Amino acid sequence: MDGPLEKIERGPEPAKLSLSVNGATLVAEVEPRASLLDTLRETLDLTGTKKGCNQGACGACTVWVDGRRVVSCLTLAVACEGREVTTIEGLVEHPMQEAFLSCDALQCGYCTPGQIMSAVKLLEEGHAGNDAEIAEWMSGNLCRCAAYPHIRQAIREVRDGEHQ
Amino acid sequence: MTTTLIGQPVTRVDGHAKVTGAAKYTAEISLPGMRHAVIAGSEIPAGRITGIDKSRAMAEPGVLAVLTHEDLPKVATQPVLTLSLAGTVAHGQSFFPMQDPVIHYAGQPVAIVVGETLDAATRGAELLDVTYERTESITVIDEGRDRSYVPEKILAGLAPGEMGRGDVAAGLAAAELTVEATFTFSANHQNPLEMSASVASWDDGQLTLWDATHGPTATQMTVASLLGIPASRIRVITRFVGGSFGAKAMIWAHPTLAAMTAQIMHRPIKLALTREQMFTGCGLREDNEQTITLGAAADGRLTAIRHEKLSITSAYDDWAEPALSGSGELYACDNFAAVYHLIKGNTMTPTFMRGPGETAGLAVLECAMDELAERAGLDPVELRVRNHADVDPVSGRPWSSKGLKECYERGAELIGWGDRDPRPGMRRDGDWLIGMGMATAIYPVYPLMNPQRARARLYADGTAVIQTAASDIGTGAATVLTQIAAEGLGLPLEMVRVEYGDTSLPFLAASVGSTGSTAGGNAVHLAATGLREQLVAQAVQDEGSPLHGADPELVDVVDGVMVGPSGSESYGEMLGRNFVPETEYLGTYQHRVDDEHALLNFGAQFAEVAVDAALGVVRVRRMAGVFAPGRVLNQKTARSQLMGGMIWGLSQALLEASHMDPRFGRWANPSLGDYLVPVNADVPEVMVETVEVDDPFINPLGIKGIGEIGMVGMAGAIANAVYNATGRRVRSFPITIESLL
Ligand code: FES
Ligand code: FES
Repeated sequence: MDGPLEKIERGPEPAKLSLSVNGATLVAEVEPRASLLDTLRETLDLTGTKKGCNQGACGACTVWVDGRRVVSCLTLAVACEGREVTTIEGLVEHPMQEAFLSCDALQCGYCTPGQIMSAVKLLEEGHAGNDAEIAEWMSGNLCRCAAYPHIRQAIREVRDGEHQ
Repeated sequence: MTTTLIGQPVTRVDGHAKVTGAAKYTAEISLPGMRHAVIAGSEIPAGRITGIDKSRAMAEPGVLAVLTHEDLPKVATQPVLTLSLAGTVAHGQSFFPMQDPVIHYAGQPVAIVVGETLDAATRGAELLDVTYERTESITVIDEGRDRSYVPEKILAGLAPGEMGRGDVAAGLAAAELTVEATFTFSANHQNPLEMSASVASWDDGQLTLWDATHGPTATQMTVASLLGIPASRIRVITRFVGGSFGAKAMIWAHPTLAAMTAQIMHRPIKLALTREQMFTGCGLREDNEQTITLGAAADGRLTAIRHEKLSITSAYDDWAEPALSGSGELYACDNFAAVYHLIKGNTMTPTFMRGPGETAGLAVLECAMDELAERAGLDPVELRVRNHADVDPVSGRPWSSKGLKECYERGAELIGWGDRDPRPGMRRDGDWLIGMGMATAIYPVYPLMNPQRARARLYADGTAVIQTAASDIGTGAATVLTQIAAEGLGLPLEMVRVEYGDTSLPFLAASVGSTGSTAGGNAVHLAATGLREQLVAQAVQDEGSPLHGADPELVDVVDGVMVGPSGSESYGEMLGRNFVPETEYLGTYQHRVDDEHALLNFGAQFAEVAVDAALGVVRVRRMAGVFAPGRVLNQKTARSQLMGGMIWGLSQALLEASHMDPRFGRWANPSLGDYLVPVNADVPEVMVETVEVDDPFINPLGIKGIGEIGMVGMAGAIANAVYNATGRRVRSFPITIESLL
């Protein structure tokens, strides 16, 4: 993330943190070492964002910070003060959700919020020109149930305007 | 039946919750006053703990307690390995940790750190100072080769250590062609994307446990036996499960550890495994070596099959994945012998992982068959057709249904098998060598051992609820149960809701071994049709009903309306008139043992690969799988399951390996960055079809299961395609770049 951060002199004890999540300002007591992922899941009860590895390897925790996709397990919550965080709960009846459902681009559903948060951005970023490009740019999101061909199909269908 | 909902490509009923983030998985349960527990695992593979210094951990702000084997209660009964198929007690191993200072394997829980926050508990576990006395360990086959033995039984006593029929020596002596080869397989870990977790809460002696499991009742019974409390005082809830692939089939230590910790702390406790702990907390597919010998007549007909396996098991259980039985069942061959060899080592007891047994065993058999086809100068499909088992070679009984020849035929068509050049290394596309391979897939149809139950309840407003205990691990069980219930009751889908994943609902074992839809489907079918019959019977006896006096056989139900020869009314109208707010029926499905037929699931799998001639990189370009899994309950979710299985086969063939470092006796790559699984760019389009076979013998709904059959032939097909592309028979899985240079 770019932009200057305020000098923070808090911690190691939990400190008050104000976060803008899905358009709402939420105030939480968190330790400065807490990741954005744990803060969303454990403190703010926004559990739509999933933890698959906590090491930046699976993409299940993908959210948007200031409109860009990031893995929230490797992002500190304090670093998101003053930024706009968007999670799967902030997506309301998005065509991508509908496409994932109709294409059965999921099984257990655990990777799904992360896949959708990535997929929406991928389209905006213009990386969905063809299947090879979709596959490449979606390869940061693991799906152990291996719904990959259906995930590509869902993204194609949204790209082509089949889910308005 | 008035509708044909069964089989329709209905969208997942739990899909909306999954795409919106509303679906709550176990680690997402939060309770008032709840604290976090983190397991600290042993750093050594063998020896004993000589001391645990808690001071640095306890000094960490937010750390509330450190519990060791000295603090934890003793278990009420010593666990004995028991398989999870029955949905009752299902100890993953005959060992419970934190009872004494002895260490059997690296990662074995040695302490539990409780914190105000997850970060505090995690940091506390890192700061814990444990000292050990390490003894000699065996963690790879080469360290224990000279100590191997043949177990009397494997699989918790359910299968023999040796089996066979006929006279293999005579069969080999008579053979004009023989193939003998040894294969090695890396250890694999299931790694569902959701890590295992349990949340435990005690209230006045009652334990409520949220647990990520296939079978809530298995967790309930297992924890009850370890804690020594009645099952009636434990309720287990499993709403959403983020995949399992076997990791959550057996019940491991963590739910019981969570319950014990919650009891000690007098607070609800959440205990989630880390990704690294998923490599030491839920079993594994053991690394193994297999040797196969095939004998055949000049025309390719098999005269003998010998198949042996060597693998490491734990100090206390004789576990071997049942990799060898498939070689005795797949082809017509009078002479067959199979032997399991085990080495006691420093591992936890291995366990189920998708396609347990067949996945490795069939890769061996089907690669050997490919070699035999070449020796015999036969097309690989033709060789298999020549050896087709018209009856079960084990029992001599006719199959309840088969459909394998149709699978071969259709699969060959889909992949364009006619374009294959039988001579290896002949097709090229730029720098890439192109090859095609195929293999047969079979998977057992496991019998359900106990009565499976489901309850159907209809409300006076015309809506229905179906209740049953087992969970949906991502298979689509909830969706197909809704379809079966709606069809049985004569209701539209939107009027039916399923409740599942809770021990307070009627007993249903667990979705393991591809039995989930058989158990749940048949129980729900009986519940729904039973309730409908009960309602119709009530209507024809009710003087106030337009159906009064009608022959129940002639009453149809359409969209909740009972339609008789001379009148009709809805379920709701009848219940309302009689002041009945809701009515129920409990369906019980008892699997009938059919001793006249042999049961097995069949399929055929094909792959086209491209191998970079200079770099050895293997890319799977196309995969085709055709299966005959009996009745398909939902075309959409079934396709996903079979496709997922095929991609798992790709993964087994080319990617997945847990590497043991024998110096430390620890896994060298326990993370999703280092344990390779397929990403989107690894996966081509997948062609999946099913061949409809009508199976009136297997169970009332004619279901064989689809969870594993998609996977089990794929690795063999890919390895055979690599041979066809390169002329190299790679006999170690996964097939890596190094093995092709
Ligand atoms: S949990 Fe963040 S990448 Fe896996
Ligand atoms: S749907 Fe299960 S991990 Fe993707």
